[in-house]
Amino acid sequence: MKYIIAVIQPDRMDEVLQKLNDKEIHLVTVSTVMGRGRQKGVATVYRSHKEAGSLLKKIKLEIAVNDNYVKAALDAIITAGRTGEVGDGKIFVLNLEDCVRIRTGETGSIAIG
Amino acid sequence: MNKLRLIGIATAAGGLLGAAAARAEDLVVTATTAVAAAAPAAAAAAPKIDTGDTAWVLISTAFVMLMTIPGLAFFYGGLVRKKNVLSVLMQCFMIMCLVSLQWVMFGYSLSFGPDVKHVIGNLSWSFLHGVGPEPFADYSATIPHLAFMIFQMMFAVITPALIIGAFAERMKFSAFCVFIVLWATIVYDPVAHWVWGVGGFLRNLGALDFAGGTVVHINAGIAALVCALVLGKRLGYPDKMSPPHNLPFAVLGAALLWFGWFGFNAGSALGANGLAASAFVATHIAAAAAGVTWAIMDKIFNKHATVLGIITGAVGGLVAITPAAGFVDVAGAIAIGAGAGIIPYFFVSFLKPKFGYDDTLDAFGVHGVGGIWGALATGLFCTKAVNSAGADGLFYGGGLAQLGKQFAAVGVTVVVALVGTYVLLKLVDAVFGLRPDEHGEKVGLDLTDHRETGYTMLE
Repeated sequence: MKYIIAVIQPDRMDEVLQKLNDKEIHLVTVSTVMGRGRQKGVATVYRSHKEAGSLLKKIKLEIAVNDNYVKAALDAIITAGRTGEVGDGKIFVLNLEDCVRIRTGETGSIAIG
Repeated sequence: MNKLRLIGIATAAGGLLGAAAARAEDLVVTATTAVAAAAPAAAAAAPKIDTGDTAWVLISTAFVMLMTIPGLAFFYGGLVRKKNVLSVLMQCFMIMCLVSLQWVMFGYSLSFGPDVKHVIGNLSWSFLHGVGPEPFADYSATIPHLAFMIFQMMFAVITPALIIGAFAERMKFSAFCVFIVLWATIVYDPVAHWVWGVGGFLRNLGALDFAGGTVVHINAGIAALVCALVLGKRLGYPDKMSPPHNLPFAVLGAALLWFGWFGFNAGSALGANGLAASAFVATHIAAAAAGVTWAIMDKIFNKHATVLGIITGAVGGLVAITPAAGFVDVAGAIAIGAGAGIIPYFFVSFLKPKFGYDDTLDAFGVHGVGGIWGALATGLFCTKAVNSAGADGLFYGGGLAQLGKQFAAVGVTVVVALVGTYVLLKLVDAVFGLRPDEHGEKVGLDLTDHRETGYTMLE
């Protein structure tokens, strides 16, 4: 089991979720986050007072999958999330020790899907 | 407010005669000054209430009430940080309550009551003693004295509320309440008497102030500067400040201010007449000109026209046209508005950072600077073609005489606001302390002073 964390461009979210759906990966947690990478932030100006704005709005996806779905998930995020510009984000893949479905108490691989 | 009695009737100039002649006649307002020794016999007769005038002034009163809450409250509330939004809304609301009470108890009497040596009203109208439904002809011959009183009340309310912009996010609520009541009594009431009260020395001097450029805006603007200097900077200013937490609130508030300003300025004609219409138009056009000008300035100096910029400009235009609204034609209104998009812009954008004072929401930059510009510009652009009770300014063949009177009124207001505000702040600081402790300020005044938060993170 793997735990995939992807930070992507907000305007690619719908396409990424659709692509994951197409590959039968339905379970995902989405959050709005602020982050900083090579893209840097966007400076804003209020009554001529400039704000450096080092952070940018991003979307964070968290997906727990069985091993045989890892490649499909990565493909979906990469193909739908890529614009080719700096700031497209990153994907982190972590080993997942266990998973429990609260409703039934099932654990492990069967609880993921 | 030009408290000359304006028995204003726009003459119904028949048809379209020569364009120039018709234009001049449309706006003719007959006026008898309250101080004129030779009042016509007709005016000496018992004043009679005009229902149209009364309706307009009562509605204008409600308009001006709307300017403080929710107008100014949301304009300012949107510009502060999340943790202080309630404190600003609370301050506006509390001023509405406190100053309204102060006004009926003794504030109105000090401002407009029977004159004592040209500097203050006496206390004989305390608790509105003798202020009733019949008109008081020296101020307004065609509306109930009570209507005039409550219209004026809303001006007394919004003036201290404007100062909030300077000390927002860093004044203790207890100190704030005491300061506001003292300021309304010691600074606002006398200045209102000088400019508007029968016998007031600035009124006798002949300085023009249609709706309160000196009494309201310069007075509050200078007080704001003093507050910013005496209270000192907010923790972390200027490098570690967050941007406005809710600009849409600020836009909503600014739009409500614009709307309310029709009551403020056109209502100051104290009648439903041609002068009110003229002031209404001048008010609107000045705001429009100032909004556009500020946007252009933003584009030139910051590469982008900003939302905060256009609303700041529009409010600045409204401030500047306030003393002039009933005395200038539309060309004058455009010029005054354009000036209000340029002069306060430089103050807010360049001079404030240079001097380093922390006028949180630019109460001085917009109301003080814009107000001074408007008061002086009245001496440049006023014309008797619009209001025969006014004067001709420098650009309308009147020479420098009126400009000189405007300078005098500005100078007196600046000095008294400066000294009065400084003394009161020092006094309140000595007794109560002006600022919350460091932890309280960091946490935010919503929690520190009110034990509430404006927004929930989790439901």
